[in-house]
Amino acid sequence: MSLDKNDVRRVAFLARIRVEEDDLQPVAEDLNNIIAWVEQLSEVDTDGVQPLTSVEAMAMPKREDKVTDGGDPDRVLGNAPDRVGDFYAVPKVVD
Amino acid sequence: MAGASEKGLNALGVADIRDGLTAGDFTALEVTEASLAAAEAASDLNAFITLTPEIARERAKASDDRRAKGAALGPLDGVPVAVKDLFCTEGVLTTAASHILDGFVPAYESTVSANLRDAGAVMIGKTNLDEFAMGSSNMTSYYEPVKNPWVGPNGEDLVPGGSSGGSATAVAAQICPAALGTDTGGSIRQPASLCGIVGMKPTYGRCSRWGIVAFASSLDQAGPFARSVKDAALMLGVMAGNDPKDSTSAPNDVPDFEAALAGGVKGLRVGIPAEYTMDGMPAEIQALWDQGAEWLKAQGAEIKPVSLPHTKYALPAYYIVAPAEASSNLARYDGVRYGLRVEGETLDEMYANTRGEGFGAEVRRRVMIGTYVLSAGYYDAYYVKAQKVRTRILEDFTKAFQDVDVLLTPTAPNAAFPVGAKMDDPIAMYLNDVFTVPANLAGLPGISVPAGLDKDGLPLGLQLVGKPFDEATLFRCAQALEEAADFTALPKYLGGQG
Repeated sequence: MSLDKNDVRRVAFLARIRVEEDDLQPVAEDLNNIIAWVEQLSEVDTDGVQPLTSVEAMAMPKREDKVTDGGDPDRVLGNAPDRVGDFYAVPKVVD
Repeated sequence: MAGASEKGLNALGVADIRDGLTAGDFTALEVTEASLAAAEAASDLNAFITLTPEIARERAKASDDRRAKGAALGPLDGVPVAVKDLFCTEGVLTTAASHILDGFVPAYESTVSANLRDAGAVMIGKTNLDEFAMGSSNMTSYYEPVKNPWVGPNGEDLVPGGSSGGSATAVAAQICPAALGTDTGGSIRQPASLCGIVGMKPTYGRCSRWGIVAFASSLDQAGPFARSVKDAALMLGVMAGNDPKDSTSAPNDVPDFEAALAGGVKGLRVGIPAEYTMDGMPAEIQALWDQGAEWLKAQGAEIKPVSLPHTKYALPAYYIVAPAEASSNLARYDGVRYGLRVEGETLDEMYANTRGEGFGAEVRRRVMIGTYVLSAGYYDAYYVKAQKVRTRILEDFTKAFQDVDVLLTPTAPNAAFPVGAKMDDPIAMYLNDVFTVPANLAGLPGISVPAGLDKDGLPLGLQLVGKPFDEATLFRCAQALEEAADFTALPKYLGGQG
């Protein structure tokens, strides 16, 4: 499998990374080099093998469902590039 | 300062400083001033993104006050340390060496750096790294590359390795005796090898990941750099421990790693994995590896050949799993809550502009690879396949550890290389981690010990990989290697001699 310009345009949109039109082809070639290299995994027999999602044998720890922190909007919003009151501000989404 | 003057405060290790402070040979403030002065003198190495002299002096004075009252906190009280700028530090700029985190000042402290702080360690600054810890050379930092304190045979500047290159350089150049790093695919062990120091990646789960800027969550693990195995053991003892804020942090007790160093390697079974002999590997690295086995054998260890048949697939599996997790983790950098924002007409445009400008080339490459392998139609073929190969790699290790206690391998396939090399060939760069990535995929502890010099006089490390949560055996074996190797060579640039 290999990516063409349209694939790169789609992946760039999914990743929300701006890629200029002139860069689509070079980026495709760059990504294809890596994709071609990882294709060697197809040589490995993985029939009946479970995918590994965690190396740990332990079960997920549980805790009581209660609020332990919060109520400090100024600390939370302290690094915001733009805020209005106790909210993050972003460009208008709905007209 | 009679006890220290012969060696100089900057040359002292963690245990030396502990002992000197206990004996009253010098104060924590004196050690800290020497560290800060060394950092200034070595500023050309670019090891630090931010120095924190005010915090350092304040913590050093507090340490001296505690000691005067007979209330010293333990082995790290008053010891200067450097912190990779991937750990969030309360009130101190935290960048991950990325443009996209411009001006980010966390309101909280990572658990591991808080553990150090609460044990009295003195943070002198935040060290440079590859952007978001993605790299093996420190070349991808938005804050310009770090230079290795070792130089090439013709005086050329060399990379310190990566991604924790600033921390490795700070310790190798004797700016401070120990530093924090993180290791996702070799980012502690490879720079330790290239800089001639000790670097340790603990078992996945040994240290909390809370407050560390996430790269690949199933692989990331914090660990120490130091100039001796004993010092690394002292550091890990303070860093490690269960943390309810990280659900993957293990509830296991943390042993006294310093006490575990005693005992030697008599009867220890050391495995030599056949598949780590790579085509094109320099003969001197093979020779050093053979020598390492001989050293351990001479001290009573039993050397056994083992097989890890899926070794060659570890790196390509890693370059699916790690970018996939990174693409998800880095989705949070959107210009809304912190860091850089590049405006756009619409919200989507603002996201894309911010991320297009805020991420460097290697981070964009990995986020896009990760997005692709997770996207509809490719998920099973790439991502699930890589996870299945990861199972095979873990099975290889589990089987090998039925017959041996530790594995001995080279740390990296080469010594430090010139600044700027390998940048036009990502796969050549990725190959730097060929011997370190498997331990991350299997969650195992690994340590790199400086073991010799190559023909150009540059350091080479040997790696030991251990069973899960058996860092104690790893440290013990590493110390045996360290004693036999007797690595005393020093780099050209030493901060204490500025």
